[in-house]
Amino acid sequence: MSETVKNEVPLWEVFIRPRNGLSHKHCGSVHAADEVMALQAARDVYTRRGEGQSIWVVRSKDIVASDPQDKEELFEPTADKIYRHPTFYEIPDEVGHM
Amino acid sequence: MDAHFEYVLRLADDQLVLGHRISEWCGHAPMLEEDLALPNIALDLIGQARMLYTHAGEIEGNGRNEDQLAYLRPEQEYRNLLIVERENGDFAHTMLRLFFYASFMELFWEKMLTSSDEVLAGIAAKAIKEVRYHVRHSAEWVIRMGDGTDESARRLEDAYDDLEAYCTEMFEMDDVARDMVAAGIGPDTQALVESWKAKVEAIFREAMLNRFAPVEGHRSGGRKGQHGEEMGFLLADLQYMQRTYPGLNW
Repeated sequence: MSETVKNEVPLWEVFIRPRNGLSHKHCGSVHAADEVMALQAARDVYTRRGEGQSIWVVRSKDIVASDPQDKEELFEPTADKIYRHPTFYEIPDEVGHM
Repeated sequence: MDAHFEYVLRLADDQLVLGHRISEWCGHAPMLEEDLALPNIALDLIGQARMLYTHAGEIEGNGRNEDQLAYLRPEQEYRNLLIVERENGDFAHTMLRLFFYASFMELFWEKMLTSSDEVLAGIAAKAIKEVRYHVRHSAEWVIRMGDGTDESARRLEDAYDDLEAYCTEMFEMDDVARDMVAAGIGPDTQALVESWKAKVEAIFREAMLNRFAPVEGHRSGGRKGQHGEEMGFLLADLQYMQRTYPGLNW
């Protein structure tokens, strides 16, 4: 890829929903000049084998991300709170995806 | 030659030759996203060509299959439009040619949905969905190049100047096409000119491209097997495997 493309064409994160009833899932990113072209690029790059029913794209720069350095204070305190997991229930098969 | 066979063969050749041209971008497109978008389009067209060649072979009834029709005819027996065999040129040429052609084929396949030839109607039902995306994708690029930088606008204008002579051939009617209209198999393509013009000019306005839809072209002859010099090179590439390894199968 040329430097021009890297420097000037915005990056977009792509989310695909594989089937009705499931949620959109992050699958990668594309470069595109604007939102219309980003949707087309996402379609062409990530749905070539029937993976999708719906696509979301969002500018990568608009995503607010947590700082990896904060991970101890953000995530480690949950490690000893197993009572928060719903592992004490039997889920009937009919419920399907949870 | 049987008009019905000839007619389906023309359609098959159009899709194969443009599919081949677009496939030449594979690995060379200006960005990864387009390096997948263009082969996707090429594969749609080659898939349509396969169904059309198989159907043509059945109509002909001499036992020729899709590969024999696609790969083992000399240049003069190819019946494709000249616009589809033109070299890709730059990205603006490639996209404008696709836009002109796909906009026409969208109208063509819509009419073909009610063909008395049920196989063609079935192929139309599949092809129409594919070609609508080809129109959408190429139109968006035409808009962005026309209304983009000075260089992209100039390249789009150059592409227009090179391609304008080749558009009217898409709408030409001859004895074969008229026979097909009479049999309820194919549409009168002359009746598609106004819709095509309106569609093309609507996109040109968005693209800030100060041009009319080219309906005064004079380049023709593809339907009679009279091709440009680039066609021989295209076929040399396209037919290489079957010529080198006769009867080769996937």
